[in-house]
Amino acid sequence: MPISKETLDEIALSEKEYQLIVERLGKEPTEVELGMFGALWSEHCGYKHSKALLKLLPSRSQRVMVKPGEENAGVVDIGDGLVLVMKIESHNHPSAIEPYQGAATGVGGIVRDIFTMGARPIALMNSLRFGPLTDPHNRYLFGGVVGGIAGYGNCLGIPDIGGEIFFANCYSSNPLVNALCLGIAEAKNLVRARAYGEGNLLMLVGADTGRDGLHGASGLASRTFEEERELRSTVQVGNPFLEKLLIEACLELAETDWIAGMQDLGAAGLTSSAVESAARGGGGIEIDVLKVPRREKGMTPYEVMLSESQERMLVVVKKGYEDKVKALFDRWELRSDIIGRVTGDGVAWIREGKKVMAEVPVNLLTSPPIYQRRVKKPEWLNRLQAFDVTSIPDLSRKKVNSTLLRLLASPNIASKRCVYRQYDHQVGNNTVVLPGSDAAVLRIKGTKKAISLTTDGNARYCYVNPYLGGVIAVAEAARNLVCSGAQPLAITDCLNFGNPEKDDVYYQLKECINGMVRACRELKIPVISGNVSLYNETKGKAIYPTPVVGMVGLIEDVAKHCISGFKNEGDMVFLLGDSQPVDSSIGSSEYLELIHGIIKGNPYIDLGMEKRLQRCCLEAIRRGLINSAHDCSEGGLAVALAESCLANSLGFVSHNWEVEGRLDAALFGEAQSRIIVSVVPKSARKLQKLAARYQIAATRLGTVGGKRLILKGYIDLSLKQVGEAWWSGLEKSL
Amino acid sequence: MKFGIIVFPGTWSDRDCYYALGDILNQDVDYIWHKETNLSKYDCVILPGGFSYGDYLRPGAIARFSQVMTSLENFASRGKLVIGICNGFQILCESGLLPGALLRNDHLEYRCQWTYLKVENTSTVFTSQCQNGQVLKIPISHYEGRYYADNAMLAELEAEKRIIFRYSTSTGEINDAANPNGSLHNIAGIMNKKGNVLGMMPHPERACEPLLGSSDGNIIWESIIANI
Repeated sequence: MPISKETLDEIALSEKEYQLIVERLGKEPTEVELGMFGALWSEHCGYKHSKALLKLLPSRSQRVMVKPGEENAGVVDIGDGLVLVMKIESHNHPSAIEPYQGAATGVGGIVRDIFTMGARPIALMNSLRFGPLTDPHNRYLFGGVVGGIAGYGNCLGIPDIGGEIFFANCYSSNPLVNALCLGIAEAKNLVRARAYGEGNLLMLVGADTGRDGLHGASGLASRTFEEERELRSTVQVGNPFLEKLLIEACLELAETDWIAGMQDLGAAGLTSSAVESAARGGGGIEIDVLKVPRREKGMTPYEVMLSESQERMLVVVKKGYEDKVKALFDRWELRSDIIGRVTGDGVAWIREGKKVMAEVPVNLLTSPPIYQRRVKKPEWLNRLQAFDVTSIPDLSRKKVNSTLLRLLASPNIASKRCVYRQYDHQVGNNTVVLPGSDAAVLRIKGTKKAISLTTDGNARYCYVNPYLGGVIAVAEAARNLVCSGAQPLAITDCLNFGNPEKDDVYYQLKECINGMVRACRELKIPVISGNVSLYNETKGKAIYPTPVVGMVGLIEDVAKHCISGFKNEGDMVFLLGDSQPVDSSIGSSEYLELIHGIIKGNPYIDLGMEKRLQRCCLEAIRRGLINSAHDCSEGGLAVALAESCLANSLGFVSHNWEVEGRLDAALFGEAQSRIIVSVVPKSARKLQKLAARYQIAATRLGTVGGKRLILKGYIDLSLKQVGEAWWSGLEKSL
Repeated sequence: MKFGIIVFPGTWSDRDCYYALGDILNQDVDYIWHKETNLSKYDCVILPGGFSYGDYLRPGAIARFSQVMTSLENFASRGKLVIGICNGFQILCESGLLPGALLRNDHLEYRCQWTYLKVENTSTVFTSQCQNGQVLKIPISHYEGRYYADNAMLAELEAEKRIIFRYSTSTGEINDAANPNGSLHNIAGIMNKKGNVLGMMPHPERACEPLLGSSDGNIIWESIIANI
């Protein structure tokens, strides 16, 4: 059968890859076989351009129980017989086409990844990127995405405890929607996604199968949009009510010994869930597509196998237990059908009644070609990095007040309250620190422990310097957790990049990962799961390289958690870290882009110092020395001080603190490894001693008190002014 | 005494109510499946929050037809205590056990935040442990929480002191700024004529521990316990 270029384009395989399939199979593939290869060899499922690089990320620690790629999500042990299950995933392309359903089904998909392992989802987070809100289309995308996350997540009864939102031109028409879910389980109840045990039955549970989402994995997520095309039919439609029933039913099932495994249906639907669980189980599978309940008439076997209809689970039922399992699903009014069985021959058999539609060895489907390339640093990067700070005038003292207000009101820095108050962040009775702090904190019922969760990734840094951007993404996430009093435990990462077949993009991907590897090693934090979203381009232009680091940490005693806002009048405020950062720390800052329209200049980080700073801060919190800790990030020291004031409406007055170098760098520069802490005066000596032991500078900045933010000689603003800018900045741009 | 918490498909604050009553207040408490027909062993039944039947059609519109609701009407008519929280309040209005309706929030957004509630009537079984004019800090989480009733009904509710909670400032002032959803008369919770059925949009089960930001919700459960 001669194969047309159009057919291959439809499933995003190259002619070379097609030849490889023919060679390995020893024959031309049938239509269904080709569709299955297209899906499983796509970047989305097969990671063919990224696998070699992802392997570099450290994934071991004493607590790691399930590493990346082994199961639907990674698992870490937190003691007391409990484990955390965590994963982040992108739903960028669907959200670009249909923002509400794209984002909603992104939430649905990541939640299934967690409960399919027998873990109860206890937290959601989202990392979002959009183009500037001055463009009406971006406002439409923003409204749709936030609405979709709220609409789906709120219905499930899982608290959505925040995340991040960032705006830049490169995300116009290509928003990023990364959804993270964290679950908790008793270690003994963990369910594996393995189809094993010859004769065990494959049961499809939940929604009927329709034509929605065909080619989601291959067509949408694995190529760029060069032309305007009607792609809405490739986006799935979510039913959160059905998902909620699946959560409760599957968690009940996880406590029985009736099943051998469980796997949700996500990208590439039945094809990937059946084939991947067969690969993990070491056997084969046999499916009769006629037994799959359909939503519409006339669906072909190809469509049934590749449909991405949502809210479906594949349960591997131990032979003899099918009636019990069915009764359990009946009670929850969920449809369940036996559609096939586990075989021992290592082959994926797809039948339509008696007719064989596909017969492919499982290991061929799950072994796509792996691409690795040597690439050089693009010339344009040198130009971005070679930024001379003396080429712009320093900020005049007179303009500091107005500049601070402008920064506070800019959508990247302003409070995201108008978004997170649309998400139920309290259901579950665990949320101790609400969204809006450096990291959210959830207690673990039945223990003294709590966990802390954050997502981070400054893509502007990565654009200017992919390696350092990768380092900083990990370091900053860890710093945020430390500020809440948590020891970082594990990472789930979502790598959002352009087309990896282009040298420049491949270079960004490689360097970003290398940077993350370096920071993970230095800070000893393993990566336990993740996702890659490539081909984020519109009309040939790639997004910023955007690695999103989701990180979870453990607080041994919830009574010793810490918040980012000042707590008491009269507390002394110190800066841990360098109080007179180098002038070049203005490079790649929010200030430089907002005030001067320049996106240039290397960020900088000293990982050794970062590590000492984090240890020092964590020890100070554990010893009860400090009342608040807030990391200096976008907007620098001045913005961080303002944020610490606003959380509890407590002012700040500076001590004798003078800027030595450039004013813009000192106040708004984004030098890393700096934390603002407040202490009761009698603990100040102890804090200084502790900092000295870690060789960390502890500079007295001033005192908490009053209703103004005063940095003598530089800033003098009422909290009302500061608050108006920060609380309503984002809302006003909508 | 014994509490029962009704679970519909899509309910989610069942677990939080169970935690507040069972774990924090050490009460005898059961889950009640929506197909149950016998409620005789309970003294107080809770209709918890969530999205029963996905809130499809209208929040509460499908749940009111479920099997357990017939027994619940019977249960209420015998003077037993019923409390509907959030989606539970919506179900009570749909079923006619309470008057009025809960419309979409006036700003057309879901809203999850802390609110302050002024206790307007302390001589009820649900509020007997509150001080006169006490302000409770209890969070809301809903999209359809704007209380609506016609003028005659509002006048009746006011006259009979059946408005139990109103959204207020932290110091107890009732004004528009303290109203998170556009509810008429800042209404956050009302009861029936007989005084044994309470509906409220805020979630007292979430305000059950200082660690979570407030334990003011417990006073409602403690009032019920003291009255049975």
